[in-house]
Amino acid sequence: MPDGLPTEIDLTRPSAARVYDYFLGGAHNFEIDRQLAEQIASMTPNLAATMRSGREFLRRAVRALLDAGIDQFLDIGSGIPTVGNVHEVAQAANPKARVVYVDIDPVAVAHSRELLAGNDLTGVVHADLREPERILTETHQLNLIDFSRPMGILLAGVVHFVPDAARPEEILSTLRAAAAPGSFLVISHSTFEDQPQEMLDAQRLSARTDTEITLRSRAQITGFFGDWTVLEPGVVHMPLWRPDSPSDVDEHPERFGAFGGVARYDQSAG
Amino acid sequence: MAAVPEPIGADVGRGGAQGYAADWARAVRRLGFVPLSAAETERLLLVHTVRLAQAVRAEPFTARPAEEVGRALVEAHLTEPRALEWALRALGADFPHRVLAAAGRPADLSERIAAVQGGLAAGYARALRDRTFAQQERIARSAWQARDEVEQALRDSEARFRAVFTGAAIGIGIAGVDGQIIDVNQAFADMLGYSIEELCQANVAELFHADDAAGMWDLYQEMVEGKQDSARLEKRYYRKDGSVVWTDLAVSLIRHDDGRPRFTVAMIEDITERYELQQRLRFQALHDPLTGLPNRTLFFETLGRVFDSAAPERRVGVCFLDLDGFKAINDSLGHDLGDRLLVVIGRRLAECVAEHGHLVARMGGDEFVILVDGGQDAVAVAQTALAAVAAPVHVGDQQLAVSASVGVVECPAEETTASELMKAADATLYWAKAAGRGRYAVYDPERSARDLARAALVAGLPAALERGEFVLHYQPIVSLLEGRMLAVEALVRWQHPELGLIGPDRFIGLAEETGLIVGLGEWVLRTACRDAERWWREFPDARLVVSVNLAARQADDPAIVDTVADVLATTGLPAELLQLELTESAVMGSAGEPLRSLHRLAALGIRLAVDDFGTGYSNLAYLRRLPIHCLKLAGPFVEGIRADGTDVAADHRDERIVDALVRLAHALELWVTAEAVETGVQAERLRALRCDTGQGRYFGAPAPAEVITARLRGGAAG
Repeated sequence: MPDGLPTEIDLTRPSAARVYDYFLGGAHNFEIDRQLAEQIASMTPNLAATMRSGREFLRRAVRALLDAGIDQFLDIGSGIPTVGNVHEVAQAANPKARVVYVDIDPVAVAHSRELLAGNDLTGVVHADLREPERILTETHQLNLIDFSRPMGILLAGVVHFVPDAARPEEILSTLRAAAAPGSFLVISHSTFEDQPQEMLDAQRLSARTDTEITLRSRAQITGFFGDWTVLEPGVVHMPLWRPDSPSDVDEHPERFGAFGGVARYDQSAG
Repeated sequence: MAAVPEPIGADVGRGGAQGYAADWARAVRRLGFVPLSAAETERLLLVHTVRLAQAVRAEPFTARPAEEVGRALVEAHLTEPRALEWALRALGADFPHRVLAAAGRPADLSERIAAVQGGLAAGYARALRDRTFAQQERIARSAWQARDEVEQALRDSEARFRAVFTGAAIGIGIAGVDGQIIDVNQAFADMLGYSIEELCQANVAELFHADDAAGMWDLYQEMVEGKQDSARLEKRYYRKDGSVVWTDLAVSLIRHDDGRPRFTVAMIEDITERYELQQRLRFQALHDPLTGLPNRTLFFETLGRVFDSAAPERRVGVCFLDLDGFKAINDSLGHDLGDRLLVVIGRRLAECVAEHGHLVARMGGDEFVILVDGGQDAVAVAQTALAAVAAPVHVGDQQLAVSASVGVVECPAEETTASELMKAADATLYWAKAAGRGRYAVYDPERSARDLARAALVAGLPAALERGEFVLHYQPIVSLLEGRMLAVEALVRWQHPELGLIGPDRFIGLAEETGLIVGLGEWVLRTACRDAERWWREFPDARLVVSVNLAARQADDPAIVDTVADVLATTGLPAELLQLELTESAVMGSAGEPLRSLHRLAALGIRLAVDDFGTGYSNLAYLRRLPIHCLKLAGPFVEGIRADGTDVAADHRDERIVDALVRLAHALELWVTAEAVETGVQAERLRALRCDTGQGRYFGAPAPAEVITARLRGGAAG
C-alpha cells in the first residue's frame, strides 16, 4: 500500500471528487456527498458557480495549450473526469493527444480507469500531490507522456488542498523540474483575496471531506509558477482568464474566489 | 462529447432559428454548467432548434425527433432542470412565431407543439434516468472496486506479514496497550518455552522481573502512554522451565490513526550464547588466568566505583602485599613451582578475607592487593593476610616457608583518590620491605612527605651541580699551642633556589647513594685547591693547608690519584698544602683491606687524615703502616670534656680516652686534631692533653672564602 494513500475506503464520509461531480450536474455521487454539497451550496450560493467557473477555466486553458501545440497532459487532482474532462477537450482538438490523470481518491481512480478503459492514449495514476516523485515515477511507467517533449501540467483546484506545512512550493518545484522547455503549467487555486465571510466559512466546511482547503494570496499562487513565464493576462480571477467572449465575463469575477493562471517554461528561464 | 453537427434544412427560417438558439444557449449557460464554449453551445442548440422546427412541420407528424432532441440535450450534459423548463416554455411561447415561417405553420400547430413538448420531455427524462442509473451504477461499482483493491492490498499485506510473522527466526509478539498479549509467533513461544496459546493468555507485565535492568518497566510504561515510539535493549526472560534466555529486544509502538497508542510489537532475538560469551570474555578480561582472582583492571574499576559512590567520610583501605624473595624461589625452583605457589597464596588470601567481603586482586607477578571494605580495620586484615601466607606451603614435594610484606593505607574517601591511595600503598609496601620484610607497615603521611622531599632533592642534584648551585665554606683548624690558623676544612653547601642554603648532612648521603658524589667531590676538590692556591700566593708565609673530605666512593675510585694529581697541576697548589680526610671505613675500602691508592696519594706529597677517628673500626696494625699524617678526633669525645660540672665522672672518663688517643697518635707519629671545640675551657684542656690542633665554633664557624682571606690579612688575629 503506497504511503500517504488511504488504507480503507470509507463511504460514510463525503469525497471532494464526488461533491465536485454533483456540483457539475453529475450522478457519480452518493447521498452523503449530496448532503454536504447542498449544505455548502446553501451557505455560499456562489460555490456551484465557482466550480463551473473553474471547469470552464480549465477548458479554456487546455484549449490554449492545444493551440500552442501541446499534445500531452498531466492532470493532477483530476477527480471524477466525467463532465468537460481534459481528454475529451484535448482529443476533440487533437485525436492523438495523451492525458494522464492523477488523483488521491481511490474511488475516483477506479472510476477513471473504468471510464477510460479502451482509450489507449489515457492513463490513471493513484497518487498524492504531496508525493510528486511518486507521481512522476508512475507517470513514466505508463509510457504515455514523453518527458523530453513539452507537456501541460494541470493543477486545477488541487494545490489548495496542500497545507503550507507540506511545503507546496517544493512540490511545484519538483514538478517543474521534470518538464522539458516549452512545457506549460496551469494552476487554479482558491483565494481569500476580495472574498466575503461566507467563502471563508465554506472553507471550514471543506474540512468535513478528507481534504481541507488552504486559501492563498495572488502573490503566493504566482510564486508556484517559479521562474516560468506567466502568460497574459497573468494570475487573475478565473473568468478573466482569456474569456471566450467579453459577454462571458461575470459582473463580479471575484465572486468565484479563485485565481487562475498559465505559465510557460522558456529555455532562457533556466 | 458528441461533435456538433452543422445545422441543415433550408426550409427553416435561418435568422429566426439562429436568434432562438442564441437565446437558448445563453439560458442554459446561465442556469447550469455547460462543458462547451458559448459558440459551441449555440451551434449545438441551433441544430436542435432546426430539428424541432422540421419535426413540427413534418408530414406525417411524429413527436419522435423531439424525443431524440431531449435525449441529445442530456447527452451534452445540458441537464440543469431549469434549462429544461426554459426549453419547454420557449417551445410553447416564442418558438412558433420566431422559428416557423408563417407559411409553413401547420393547421394543428398547437397540438403538434404540445406533442413536441411532451416528446422532448419524455426523451429528456428517459435519457436522464438512464444516465443517472448508469452513473450511479458506475460510481458504486468504482467504490466497490476501489474497496476491493484496498482490501486486496490489505490482504496481500496481511499475507506478507503473516509469512514474515510465522516464518521469522526472531520472536515477534504483539500486545495491546493494556499489556494483554494478542499474538506471538512460534519463534517467540519457543524462545520462552511456552506454547503460543499459553502466551496469548498472558500479560506483558508477567514477563518483567524485579531483577530487570533499571528503568525497563518505566520505559515500557512511557511507550504505552505514547511518550516513546521505540526502544531497544537487552532483556533477560525466564523460560517456563525456569532457565534464562537473554534477548536483544526491540519494541515499537503502533498507534491509531489519531495517534493514540494501540499495540506494542516486540521482536526478540535469542542472544544467550553471545551474552554468555561476552560475560566469559568480560570475566577473562577482568580476572587473572593463573589464580582466578580479579585482575588489576577489575581492582581499579572496583576501587573507582568505591570512590565514586562512597560517602565523603567513609574510610577506604587497601593492603598491598608482595611476597618476600619470590624471585629467588622462582629462579631456584622454576616458574612452574613459582606459579603453583602463587595459586596457593592467592587462594589463601581470598579465603581469609572473603568472608568479610573484601576484594582480593592479583596485580601482577607476586603482588596482591586487598580492598578493605569500609569501616573495617585494614591492619587486622593485613595481619590475617600475613598469617595466611606464613603457613608452610606444599608444592610438589617441596615444603616452602614464605613470607610477605604488606603496605597498609586507610583513610577517608574524601581525602584521597584511587591513584593516590595506590601510590601510598606502594610506598608503604616499600617501607615494610626496607624494615626487614615479613611485616606490614602503615602509611605515614609525614614519612611520605620526607621521602618525597628527599626524592625531590635527589632528582635536583645533577642539575644543581651543572648550574653551580654548590658553594664552599671553610672552617679554620687552629694550632692549640700557638693559636695560629694552620688549615681550613672545606665544607660544601647547596644554595638551593627554593629551599635556601642546605647543609651537607641533607644531601651528601643522597649524593653517595646515587654516585653523584664522585662528580660533586671532584668539584669540591678543585674549588678548594683553587682557593687554597690563591691564599698561598697572597699569604705564602701562612702556608695554609686546605683539608678536603674524600667520600668512600671517591676514595674507592681507581681514578682518584690521577684526579688529585690533575687538580694540583692545574691549580698550582703545592701538594703539601692539600690534606684529604677519609673516614676509617673509607680507609679500609670495600675490599676489607686498606686502599691501595693511599700510598699513591701520599706519594703525590699530600697529607692524609683519618676523619671521625674513634667512631669506626680501626685496625691499629694497618694504621701503623699507612701513610697517614693526622687523626681527627670525633666530636663526641671532645664534647665530653666540656667540664661544665654536670657529670664529673663521665667527664674524667672522656678526658682519659682523649688523653689515650692523643698518646696513641703521637706514638704513631701522627698529628691530632680535635673537632667540635666549642669553648675556651675545652681548648685549654685539649692543649693540656697535648692535642695539636682544634677545630670548632670556638675557633670559627664555617665561613665563605673571603672571611678566611680577611682573617689571613688580619694576620695576628688567627
